[in-house]
Amino acid sequence: MKKTPLHKAHLEANAKMVNFGGWHMPVQYVGILEEHRNVRTKAGLFDVSHMGEIDIKGNRALELVQKLITNDASKLAVKQALYTPMCLPNGGIVDDLLVYRKGENHFLLVVNAANTDKDYQWIEEHAIDGVAIANISSEVAQLALQGPLAEQILQKISNKDLSQIKFFWFDYVKVDGEDCLVSRTGYTGEDGFEIYLAPDKARKVWYAILEAGKEEGVMPIGLGARDTLRFEARLPLYGNELSEEISPLEAGLEMFVKLDKDNFIGKEALEKQKAAGVKRKLVGLEMLDRGIPRTHYKVLKDGEEIGFVTSGSFSPTLEKNIGLALIKAEHARIGNKIEIQVRGRNLKAKIVKTPFYKREVK
Amino acid sequence: MYPEDLKYSKDHEWVKLDGNIATVGITHYAQDQLGDVVFVELPMEGDSFEAGNGFGVVESVKAVSDVYAPVSGTVIEVNEKLLESPELVNEDPYGDGWMIKLEVAGESEVDRLMDAREYEAFIEEEN
Repeated sequence: MKKTPLHKAHLEANAKMVNFGGWHMPVQYVGILEEHRNVRTKAGLFDVSHMGEIDIKGNRALELVQKLITNDASKLAVKQALYTPMCLPNGGIVDDLLVYRKGENHFLLVVNAANTDKDYQWIEEHAIDGVAIANISSEVAQLALQGPLAEQILQKISNKDLSQIKFFWFDYVKVDGEDCLVSRTGYTGEDGFEIYLAPDKARKVWYAILEAGKEEGVMPIGLGARDTLRFEARLPLYGNELSEEISPLEAGLEMFVKLDKDNFIGKEALEKQKAAGVKRKLVGLEMLDRGIPRTHYKVLKDGEEIGFVTSGSFSPTLEKNIGLALIKAEHARIGNKIEIQVRGRNLKAKIVKTPFYKREVK
Repeated sequence: MYPEDLKYSKDHEWVKLDGNIATVGITHYAQDQLGDVVFVELPMEGDSFEAGNGFGVVESVKAVSDVYAPVSGTVIEVNEKLLESPELVNEDPYGDGWMIKLEVAGESEVDRLMDAREYEAFIEEEN
């Protein structure tokens, strides 16, 4: 199994370790519920060094990026980032990623760990002259500091005014004296930062952040709480809400699909899908009967199968059992009663608005 | 971690026999492996189980796990507190986190289970 530069720190902290897409990663340190609530109320530090980074540089870099993604990177200023799906010609999703514009002709793509090799190969297949593509994943460590107190904590050991980094912008900041790319982005529904740096500095900066945030109650957070946090905020997870068999329009990502943009891979299929009406829709659901919806459980309406659960959990913030499900569009109305098949029994649920959790913006 | 007065199954349930009444729960080790328990499903009073049958389900944030009857018997009581407070399974697995009480036919099945020392060795072996 692959190890991040922080592997030893996780073992020292007595984390429960699991195999996650070929990586030996911490699933929890003290408990998922406590870690989850700590991020919602204070702050939490995540090791996300398993994420992949692909560098695209050259005078036609923008042209290649535009061809690959459904969102519009031409609107990005230098030091700005965006979220986007990357599609197959049939509209299915290869991956979802962040695109950082480091220069007029220089982009950094941050992709899912389990998809890094596939994505790199996909991008290489569409390479054009005048562009250099490099999988630099092993040269980049990534930390995420998330939560309402994230800025206050990180500011103590940063050499720039972090309040100047707006949502989905980034800057080059010395954190604990080390060179970092710091973006105001995240995967929890909270304010916070993602911090990219050299692997050999990761351990030093990791402990520096934990030390700086001691007073505020920062704690390390495992992948377990990362999943429940992103889920409450309805941030999709590749492999659950997104796949090569699901289109971004079905997954509710239409705001990241710019059909008015010049040609991109999947555009024609997505235009057709939109014109014909999207057949499936991702919805939020809340259990009415006792039970927890889980990934792949069947969704029914009056006994007829209408879809499946993509993610489901007890929600630590709402203290309810909730889920996301991909169902036939005609049943997707808020308030509609449906059933979830749990261990052979059809339990009552209703469709609710998402996100389940939205932070209060100051 | 492994009270001396209990017997243990290979599926990580414990049994406490009092006359012909067996109280059953999951062990400290089992709850630790599961993590935060957020949901418990229990049988009805009067349900009968053979040793090895699944009688309930424990769900943590991440995992769904069946719970098996370590001995045969008929359910005479279930711990209804767990329906509202499933965290009791984590907080007090051998006390307030008990799951069911079974009326059992005899002691013979209980005798076949592991004692505290054997169970401790069994866990070490598993890891």
